[in-house]
Amino acid sequence: MNALGIIFGLLFWVATIVIIVGIIYKVRIYWKTPAPLKIPTMPAPRTTGGVVFRMFREVAFFQSLFRSDKLLWVFAIMFHYALALVLLRHTRYFTDTINSVVLFLQPFGMYGSFIMVAGLAALLARRFIIDRVRYISAPSDFLMLVLLLAIGLSGIMMKFVSHTDITLVKSFFMSLRTFNFDGWYLPGDPILLLHLSAVALLMLIFPISKLMHAPGIFFSPTRNQVDNSREKRHIAPWAAELDEQGVDYLHELKK
Amino acid sequence: MADYEIPEITGEDGITDVPKLVPDTMKGSGPWISAPKFQEPMHFASEIEQDEDGNWTLIPNWKEVALEKMDDLRTRYRSFQLYLDICVKCGACTDKCHYYLGTTDPKNMPVARQDLLRKVYRRYFTFAGKYFPKLVGATDLTEEVIDDWYNYYHQCSQCRRCSVFCPYGIDTAEISMAAREILNHIGRGQKYCTQIMEKVYKIGNNLGLPEPALADTLEGLEEDVFDETGVDVKFPLDKVGSDILLITPSADFFAEPHVDGLMGYGKVFHELGLDYTLSSYASEGANFGMFIGSYENMRKISMRIRKAAIDLKVKRIVFGECGHAWRVAYSFLNTLAGPFDFLDPNYPVPQHVLEITWPALRDGKLNIDKSRNDDMTLTFHDSCNIARGTNMGDKPGGQFDIPRNVIKAVCNNYVDMAADTTHDATFCCGGGGGILTDDLMEVRVKGAQPRMEALKNVTDQHGVTHMAAICAICKSQFTKVIPYYGFTMDQIVSVHQLVSSALVLTGQLTEEEIEARDAAEEAERIAAMEARKKAAEEKKAAEEAAKGKED
Ligand code: HEM
Ligand code: HEM
Ligand code: SF4
Ligand code: SF4
Repeated sequence: MNALGIIFGLLFWVATIVIIVGIIYKVRIYWKTPAPLKIPTMPAPRTTGGVVFRMFREVAFFQSLFRSDKLLWVFAIMFHYALALVLLRHTRYFTDTINSVVLFLQPFGMYGSFIMVAGLAALLARRFIIDRVRYISAPSDFLMLVLLLAIGLSGIMMKFVSHTDITLVKSFFMSLRTFNFDGWYLPGDPILLLHLSAVALLMLIFPISKLMHAPGIFFSPTRNQVDNSREKRHIAPWAAELDEQGVDYLHELKK
Repeated sequence: MADYEIPEITGEDGITDVPKLVPDTMKGSGPWISAPKFQEPMHFASEIEQDEDGNWTLIPNWKEVALEKMDDLRTRYRSFQLYLDICVKCGACTDKCHYYLGTTDPKNMPVARQDLLRKVYRRYFTFAGKYFPKLVGATDLTEEVIDDWYNYYHQCSQCRRCSVFCPYGIDTAEISMAAREILNHIGRGQKYCTQIMEKVYKIGNNLGLPEPALADTLEGLEEDVFDETGVDVKFPLDKVGSDILLITPSADFFAEPHVDGLMGYGKVFHELGLDYTLSSYASEGANFGMFIGSYENMRKISMRIRKAAIDLKVKRIVFGECGHAWRVAYSFLNTLAGPFDFLDPNYPVPQHVLEITWPALRDGKLNIDKSRNDDMTLTFHDSCNIARGTNMGDKPGGQFDIPRNVIKAVCNNYVDMAADTTHDATFCCGGGGGILTDDLMEVRVKGAQPRMEALKNVTDQHGVTHMAAICAICKSQFTKVIPYYGFTMDQIVSVHQLVSSALVLTGQLTEEEIEARDAAEEAERIAAMEARKKAAEEKKAAEEAAKGKED
């Protein structure tokens, strides 16, 4: 146990709660808010299975993005796939048993970080270079990329330049699961601390930022609706109320 | 012709190059504002006043009401909050809007258009915007913001092209409908739409064409078809007990080339022996409630169709050629005015007239002489609402194939425009979504550029002479704006107009027979006139003779 261990231990506790509770809270809103009208972008699948397949193509291959901007698609795929790889590899800091998938990915994972950083750098560059993208970017859009770059670059530093004590990091995170404070110990390695602070910040802002696109895409009515409006009546509860009470306007509804 | 520059078209590859952005090229005060007398029937806010210069105020507590409405909308429409939350500002949509391509105003980039609302949503409804407004680009709601909303949300035709290309399907149309709904409730409705909807409530259609005038028009059509073909094709109105209720945009009753399409539907029904009727109560396929984001008014208009179907005791409902009408019909009608369990379950409710014409053509039930359309080389404009908001038939993509199949079945010469401008990537005509008004002429002309570019390309390279459309708004918009780009009005045709001219009705007279008939009629007419003249002369002579005797 040391002071750094306590500070970062608490920080990660808070960050974990925020990201989990935050995402659940937001997703609950998306789940519960009705889409009152059928608005799938056509042509849309005529079956639920078809919709699942459409969504899979969007999530796994960024199909629509591929249609709209090939270069951006390349950068987006680079970043997201490398991120997935890096995160999978990171599971070894949190579990004892190393999953065979992760083991299989290890050799590729080595380069994942470089691809991720290259992708991020390209995404950042286009925010400066392309006039249309510069126009729509708020400071937070630049900073999000900078934050991810900071995480990636500090990770790379640790892996390839100034190694950190991984077994210590691992035992620190393993002991965070319990309140056995003995293991709440972190080395004062500045690069590691930068890496961890940035990760904690990313977790904290996740539910209140555009990062909600990851869970959000599954709720997008233009992509997740079946083209069956003529066969099946689709109606939101608040709209059904108009039918039930036989009125035209919401303000005429009796509560 | 105009005090603004008409965008240039080259016809090189049919694709409009992405322009550099030039801020504020389309800054302005937006379309004419809806006066209280038009707001009231819609149940919109009407406590607004006009100063000496004609400028309208907002309602006194506009800010409060706007934020309340925003809060209300985010709990009723998932699209609203979700889309405002999850946009990553990737920019993939920025070059997809015809209004951006045609005007170069950055606020016409779909994501920037959403941002006008998003920045206020963030400020008042999100943690980041409340505490770090500068960081996330959140701003207070001010009158300038409202002015921007009114202006730029009326430079969006809700065509949803941006939604196709967004990785999450973010639909700017949903945002612009929501924005207009907020504006409705703070006294900034759009006159063009509310005025038209009031006519629907009062009279039954957008044009304000009352029953007797409508009956007259239809009789005139019957005469026209008879003159042309010698066949007695009926255009029945309010015929109780018919099998089919035909709902069509009221523009079909008189505008060119719409009315030629209506004649086409009538001929097809006649030839297939289908018993149909129009309704004077629901004499409008269009539903402008969608444009202004008012679920309640859209539903109220749709209910007229339900009532007409019940009153006329029909078994099926069929829609004529209209884009957004077909979207409201195909995608929303069941929701808004269903369930339609009182209709014949063997047919989808509603059907598109092309879903009747195409199977008939395919199965050889119509006698077609394609050569009658040989004077034209056709291309087809996919209407945005039909392409991205609806389907036809029972397979995905029917909305693209069926109209093309019909055109190809009645015309020998057909060419598609550039792939990036057709099917679900089609460009809006520039006049959809409540933009089809003279006070937005500049927006309309500039917004048509991408379609004009594609049309010029097939004109130059493939000798296309005519562009067919299946939407009343597209037809009206194009006939009005294509002269700005060097084309002529009559190059726009209805799809059923093509069917009409190639269709040979049973018992239809040949041209010679018509000439002979007309000549015979003329001779008869002259003979009758002579006879009358003679009779009159004889009478006069007799009278004079009688008078002479008296004297
Ligand atoms: C279901 C999972 C996800 C999907 C389908 C997805 C999809 C996308 C797509 C299509 C884009 C737009 C293209 C681009 O700018 O790269 C994007 C952007 C972005 N994604 Fe994801 N993403 C997912 C998860 C994540 C996660 C977990 C993160 C967390 C770090 C993330 C971070 C970002 C960032 C920062 C951008 C903006 C890039 C920029 O500024 O240009 N994504 N995502
Ligand atoms: C609590 C969470 C995290 C911990 C404890 C952690 C810890 C570490 C450690 C100890 C290394 C050095 C690896 C080595 O020397 O072999 C590393 C590398 C790295 N980290 Fe993290 N990290 C975390 C989260 C993240 C996240 C969320 C990202 C990405 C957004 C990330 C991206 C990277 C990258 C790109 C590397 C370099 C290469 C690699 O190992 O893949 N880390 N991380
Ligand atoms: S394409 Fe979608 S996510 Fe990207 S900027 Fe446009 S609206 Fe936002
Ligand atoms: S819906 Fe159409 S008009 Fe509106 S922003 Fe999107 S592309 Fe432009």
